[in-house]
Amino acid sequence: MIGLNQARVRFGTRTIFENLSFSVPRGECMAILGPNGRGKTTALRSMLGFQRLDGGERQAPAIVGYVPQTASSQASYTVIDVVVMGRAASLGLFGQPGPEDFGDARAALERVGASRFAAERFDHLSGGERQLVLLARALATGSDVLVLDEPGAALDLANQQRLLGLLDGLRQARDKAIVFTTHDPNHALAIADTALLMLPDAHALKGPVHEVVTPEHLERLYGVPMRFVALSGSDGVAQRAVLPAFAGARAA
Amino acid sequence: MSAASEGQAAGQPTWRWTRSTLTFVILVALLLVSLAVSVCVGRYAVPVDRAIAIIWQSLHDPTAMPEAIDERIVWLVRVPRVILAVVCGAGLAISGAALQGVFRNPLVSPQVLGISQGAAFGGALAISAGIWGFPLLALVFVFGLSALALVGAIARIDGRTQIVTVILSGMVVGALFSAFVSLLQYFADPNSSLPAIVYWLLGSFATATWERVLIATPGIVVGLIVLWSLRFRLNVLSLDEAEAKSLGARPDLERWLIFAMVALVVGAQVAVSGIVGWIGLVIPHACRLIVGHDHRKLLPASALLGAAYLVTIDTLARTLTAAEIPLGVLTAIVGAPVFALLIRQHYREKGAG
Repeated sequence: MIGLNQARVRFGTRTIFENLSFSVPRGECMAILGPNGRGKTTALRSMLGFQRLDGGERQAPAIVGYVPQTASSQASYTVIDVVVMGRAASLGLFGQPGPEDFGDARAALERVGASRFAAERFDHLSGGERQLVLLARALATGSDVLVLDEPGAALDLANQQRLLGLLDGLRQARDKAIVFTTHDPNHALAIADTALLMLPDAHALKGPVHEVVTPEHLERLYGVPMRFVALSGSDGVAQRAVLPAFAGARAA
Repeated sequence: MSAASEGQAAGQPTWRWTRSTLTFVILVALLLVSLAVSVCVGRYAVPVDRAIAIIWQSLHDPTAMPEAIDERIVWLVRVPRVILAVVCGAGLAISGAALQGVFRNPLVSPQVLGISQGAAFGGALAISAGIWGFPLLALVFVFGLSALALVGAIARIDGRTQIVTVILSGMVVGALFSAFVSLLQYFADPNSSLPAIVYWLLGSFATATWERVLIATPGIVVGLIVLWSLRFRLNVLSLDEAEAKSLGARPDLERWLIFAMVALVVGAQVAVSGIVGWIGLVIPHACRLIVGHDHRKLLPASALLGAAYLVTIDTLARTLTAAEIPLGVLTAIVGAPVFALLIRQHYREKGAG
């Protein structure tokens, strides 16, 4: 389980959020939605313990599987060496990874479908491939909480679909609490059970995704008119997507 | 794990295992050759078999005072000198590799933290005051560590230290101690202490004795062992701070453990051989090209190559000309062009990738 209880964060005189409370139990997948600067990332960092809280507290296990948006590291490790770092917490300060840890790392790579990169250099991979590897590293920690910072934000459509499919697979297993931030409400509709909307005035709204991610709420959230559109998915099943009213070209 | 993936998993590492084993066998061989050459060549050449016999005999009975001239040269002059060169070379190279990992910057070296400059000030102060021997070494060591402590005190803001503030504080403290060294040189007696300070600062193993081996080795060996034990942790610490934290590391705390070990190594090295630059920069770079960026291989490879390199440089320093060439001068003359080539190689590879 991961969550915040009555959390408050201020930068100088500006309150990013206060009285923010939510908890995500095992088996639930929650999306955090909000415009830039409304505290999505701050909420994420608070949950992970990277951001000092001015009030309230966080609830989180000692180790959380964290998938950063991009790996900032310049170092040129091979993919398997990157993934095996997920085992670091259980190895301690002077520990060295053994065959078992490499086994776990390989299993994690297998789970995200990235086994074929194992011996390649991380910095030679594309953005989509890197995110898969970072997801594998988060899985290799063995934590039952997974936190992703804007997964798919920098990915093309094919890679977005692949990542969403993968996360949905992890969600269906119902053995982890999964939290992710996103700019795209459709990502939340596609794979989240619940959603947290960072509304204006340091106010937040949490609920089941189909009750919370609605055009009315999203209009309040982004200040842009939003509409549902009906479409049929690749498997023929009817789906609903939500789009800003400025999307598309004017039909003649 | 299924049989098929087992075979696939086993296939790849076997190849990597043999390749990296071969690399390490070559590095060890390189070190052994450099040791043998250094013990045997010089103004007074000693055949290899005779040198081995002398070392064997002295190890067998360390209390016996060597009598013959070749015994005295090998056991009392060259062996301690070679041992110092080995531990100092290994220590400087591994320190450089560790610091570059922690700072995520391939251009940092022990000089960056101001440790070398602090240590140099301690030595210059001792020489100006007419202090020699063990107290000089102690002063060098104390000032090296105080430079680090000062950097820590300046860089720690609101209970946490950021990498950029550490680098800036290191520059400030280094510049301060360099100025103090210049001041000491300015006021030093041009007939006695000035040449002594200058010569000592240039770096040399010419004064190596068994006593100095005993003074410098324990600190450097402790630093080497601790840094080597941290080799996997260094991979984690070389990541972005948030990533490292999420993987269970405490970057703030663990970084200082590494800095303290580097101070231990560099303080001990400067105490016995003056300022020897460039090794912590050139050797880890060369090793990255050979064994890759993984610190689990980079640290041992750097230690081996650093030791072989400094032994070879020291051999050249005392055999190239009739008078000894200062070590710091040679490591810079060899190091700068090699480093230039390595930079070009590194960024060409990066551009291609």
